[in-house]
Amino acid sequence: MRKILVGVKRVIDYNVRIRVKPDGTGVVTDGVKMSINPFDEIALEEALRMRERGEAAEIIAVCIGPDDAQQQLRTALAMGADRAILVKHDGPVDPLVAARTLHAIAQKESPALVIVGKQAIDDDAAQTGPMLAALWDRPQATFASKVEFKGETLVVTREVDAGLETDEVDLPAVITADLRLNEPRYVKLPDIMKAKKKPLDVTDLASLGVDAGSPAQVVRWEPPAQRQKGVMVKDAAELVDMLKKKGLI
Amino acid sequence: MNKVLVIAEHAGGSLNPATAKCVTCAASVPDAEVTVAVFAADGAGVAAQAAALKGVAKVLLVENAANAQPLAAVLAPQVVKVAAGHGYVFGPSTTFGRDLMPRVAALLGVPQLSDVMAVESATRFKRPVYAGNAITTVEVAPGSVIACTVRVASYESAPAGGNATVEKLAVDVPLPSHTRFVTVSAAKSDRPDLQTAPRVVSGGRALGSAENFEIIYRLAAKLNAGVGASRAAVDAGYAPNEMQVGQTGKIIAPELYVAIGISGAIQHVTGIKDARTIVAINKDPEAPIFEIADIGLVGDLFTLLPEIERLI
Ligand SMILES: Cc1cc2nc3c(=O)[nH]c(=O)nc-3n(C[C@H](O)[C@H](O)[C@H](O)COP(=O)(O)OP(=O)(O)OC[C@H]3O[C@@H](n4cnc5c(N)ncnc54)[C@H](O)[C@@H]3O)c2cc1C
Ligand SMILES: Nc1ncnc2c1ncn2[C@@H]1O[C@H](COP(=O)(O)O)[C@@H](O)[C@H]1O
Repeated sequence: MRKILVGVKRVIDYNVRIRVKPDGTGVVTDGVKMSINPFDEIALEEALRMRERGEAAEIIAVCIGPDDAQQQLRTALAMGADRAILVKHDGPVDPLVAARTLHAIAQKESPALVIVGKQAIDDDAAQTGPMLAALWDRPQATFASKVEFKGETLVVTREVDAGLETDEVDLPAVITADLRLNEPRYVKLPDIMKAKKKPLDVTDLASLGVDAGSPAQVVRWEPPAQRQKGVMVKDAAELVDMLKKKGLI
Repeated sequence: MNKVLVIAEHAGGSLNPATAKCVTCAASVPDAEVTVAVFAADGAGVAAQAAALKGVAKVLLVENAANAQPLAAVLAPQVVKVAAGHGYVFGPSTTFGRDLMPRVAALLGVPQLSDVMAVESATRFKRPVYAGNAITTVEVAPGSVIACTVRVASYESAPAGGNATVEKLAVDVPLPSHTRFVTVSAAKSDRPDLQTAPRVVSGGRALGSAENFEIIYRLAAKLNAGVGASRAAVDAGYAPNEMQVGQTGKIIAPELYVAIGISGAIQHVTGIKDARTIVAINKDPEAPIFEIADIGLVGDLFTLLPEIERLI
């Protein structure tokens, strides 16, 4: 029966106001709430629904991250993943490194499907899915908002700039989850208890034969240019007047 | 010479405006020689449009029936072949580029820089992270091919006035059949394209229904503006997905952006930061959108919009 691999990245919670460190070496992470990347919750939810429909048998959540990322993997297990793999690595993980790692795991586990998020909300890279598909020499269906099995193929609706595109891909395949694919379930307390007993394997990049090095390095972080707060107008007439004066309408 | 290959985006025989912006970014690489590659089933028209862009030295046209639709899995191995000898491969950070370019980078065995907003030197680039809340400078080791997507909102289009040669190229690589295009259902819109329109009017959750969203279209029509929406408005079905503006939608830089009934969540604001003038209409004087708006108006949109329409 089909296995599904899901990428689960540990990121700063999307509600946290991001602050760049004054020395320009990164963003403030001390005491900051960490969560599963929102798109990865959606990816996992989709996998869970497939299993609930009998379209998949086992769901494996994978994270490349620090030891603390066990928290996010436990959450994934509580949501319903069957087991989890933590590939231990401290410091930033380049999407190409993440893709190589997921590729190494895919070769071991032979999943029918790998679902990752469309993008991680920390690096905003949106690369890991297509990179994995390239290394694995398998189809990719990015920005998925609907995924349906049709025998051994998947019919995927994708949110593209022009509107909605539908593609058909053979299995195994890589899907990247967009926001409207589903609404992830909430974790219930008993499930958190049950999740503690589920298997969580810990390995590292070297054991999987992946080199963490990258020819691209971030050398400086800075806050973005700030927009100034503008003026308030009292009514529609004043607004239209001002826009006309500025030659904007 | 730094040889930069730009992958053209096109549909229906027209070059997507994002390509002209990519060319501007590519030309800003020191000592750049810019080549545009067009992959199409029948691409002479598109190649001619690319050749007319100022700053383009050469256009390579790769025609193949398999290139009728831009499937990343089909295009990527061809791009890799054509990219041989180039130090840089650029594509737009549209859904086309975001789908294709990482696949290309992985086949080349190099990392990718997403959403490049400034070229600092031949090896140094700026790009936003955390929904634009931090800007990073990335240095790439010499000798590595540099694969980028270009944040199109950061660049002006390359002007007309170029006269590049068009060269047809036969690319002989095995193409996969595991990925098949079925259909694309673009909602037909008579409004200007959201990504390039000089004026954009956007509606949020406050609109309350698809019927009510019509007042956004009406105002946009009056202003000859493109139409956008917040994620909440798209999720609720008031507007189609291709109208979403923000971190996970479209990043735009119009002359005028009018946000109506949009709170100004960070994920939305990141999509409009480069707009010249931002106007916000919201009934809540504390709405975060007013922190970044150039002109703010507090009030009920359902009474204000008809008034505004009358006045313009
Ligand atoms: C990973 C992730 C990615 C996201 N990506 C995006 C994205 O790309 N784009 C995006 O937009 N959002 C995105 N979001 C969602 C974002 O966080 C907000 O939830 C969303 O932008 C809110 O939309 P809104 O402003 O329309 O709705 P709300 O936040 O509900 O705001 C509605 C506003 O309308 C005002 N209002 C109500 N009635 C009236 C009236 N009658 N007249 C005038 N004003 C009125 C209210 O005061 C309020 O300020 C993302 C979220 C996450 C977690
Ligand atoms: N370190 C990681 N661990 C697990 N999954 C990851 C990791 N990095 C990226 N991914 C997956 O790839 C998706 C896209 O990430 P990115 O390419 O960084 O934008 C994420 O939503 C995750 O599903």
